[in-house]
Amino acid sequence: MFERIPEQIRRLAIVFVIVIGGTLVLRYLILPPSLIETRLHQESTIEREVAKQVKFAGAVVCGGCHEDIATVKGKGFHKSLSCESCHGPAAMHTEDPMTVKPFAPRQRKFCPLCHAYDASRPTGFPQINLTIHNPLKPCITCHNPHHPEPPTVPKECSACHAQIARTKAVSHHALVSCTTCHKTPRQHRVSPRRVKPTKPDTREFCGKCHREGSKRKDAPKIDLSTHGERYLCWECHYPHMPGAA
Amino acid sequence: MYRRGFLKGLLWFLSTCVFSRNGVKNVIAGTNPDAPVSTNANGKSTIEGYDPTKHRYAMGIDVDKCIGCNRCVEACTVENDVPPEPFFTRTWVERYVIKKDKSVHVENIANGSDGPKEMVEEADILRSFFVPKLCNQCENPPCVQVCPVGATFSTEDGVVLIDSERCIGCGYCIQACPYGARYLHPKTRTADKCTFCYHRIVKGMLPACVEVCPTGARLFGDLKNRASRLVRFERMNKIHVLKPHLNTHPKVYYADLDGEVR
Repeated sequence: MFERIPEQIRRLAIVFVIVIGGTLVLRYLILPPSLIETRLHQESTIEREVAKQVKFAGAVVCGGCHEDIATVKGKGFHKSLSCESCHGPAAMHTEDPMTVKPFAPRQRKFCPLCHAYDASRPTGFPQINLTIHNPLKPCITCHNPHHPEPPTVPKECSACHAQIARTKAVSHHALVSCTTCHKTPRQHRVSPRRVKPTKPDTREFCGKCHREGSKRKDAPKIDLSTHGERYLCWECHYPHMPGAA
Repeated sequence: MYRRGFLKGLLWFLSTCVFSRNGVKNVIAGTNPDAPVSTNANGKSTIEGYDPTKHRYAMGIDVDKCIGCNRCVEACTVENDVPPEPFFTRTWVERYVIKKDKSVHVENIANGSDGPKEMVEEADILRSFFVPKLCNQCENPPCVQVCPVGATFSTEDGVVLIDSERCIGCGYCIQACPYGARYLHPKTRTADKCTFCYHRIVKGMLPACVEVCPTGARLFGDLKNRASRLVRFERMNKIHVLKPHLNTHPKVYYADLDGEVR
């Protein structure tokens, strides 16, 4: 029966068997499974990714040995700052503390990375003007980086709102303190944009001093019911410079 | 006798291959047999004591707290061996300046390591702020869809990774990413991007950028853990994502994001 199949068909069949067999051998025996199965090749990627070297040890580890510094730092303005933000990657130092020493920035150029004045930085973040703030002096001669406190504490509101303070200082309201009109939550100093001080929102608020019959002798008086009618006071008078209206 | 010789040789080659499969595997995968074997043939979990199905990682960014100091970019470069040239970055910080004529200027402050540069006259600024950017680790990632060889994929804990041994460096994913988060690594010639520092987070550490952020503008956490800082962050803030209309479902959440940010 086999002899009845023509010679050329038989030869073709042999070629087919070799090709198909070869493919099967290649697919199941030669190629490594990780090249075929998605799950396995993804796992090998994850394994390779996980095996990468950790270079930043994390602030918790630092506190384990440098307890004294961690306590001091925990009380100051830099309490939420991680050690490695300034000292650089220190995982090698944790493995071999004696020979590998982390970087310690002592020059004047380092602190301004965060503290130089920049118009895009959030208002209230402590910033200095590098050219006039004790030129050429390294920052650490006056400030302890682990417990930074300015040698002279900046005046409350004017530390950040200097422009308003300057305007107010030459106005009729010079002696009115900011907190007379603005209630300022403590949190405003920590997150100035999130927690905002209040602003007066009624005519009656200005009227406390400026209505007829108020107890303030030196304040100019108006009749609240007729003066300016339905307008709010600060739509015409800028409260920080009331004379200029 | 040519054909017979060839067939004989072929038989020898195939049988040798089957017996020394380990060696051939390394040849095919293109790795050095002396290097630690990276493939895992037994299919067991890859990290001891870590169950990826119990985590879902995400990052929160508090735009109001960013001071544009670039510590995060430098930490990322060190931690992940990102090439030192300034235009290769896994994360970067953009300075947005909206001028009084309402024109918007965006500048990548990571370019040039001398720190931020002034480019707009201060009197012309209406408002200005910094926006840190990185791979958004999308739930519905366009980069995974377009990869022709399946080299990039989402892990069970929600991080998009790249298999650098599979990647052919065609750059489709770099084009597909709407956030510009990918780049072609100049040495390996494969695509590279932020992995949320996968090697750190599986060990319970924070990504390097979050670790060094001095103001807490970057937060990291696990969406499946109700006690994580990120879940609280999401609850307490108005949350935005970048380009929500593209339906990528990013997992980098921005608090108080300005409407001009793209």
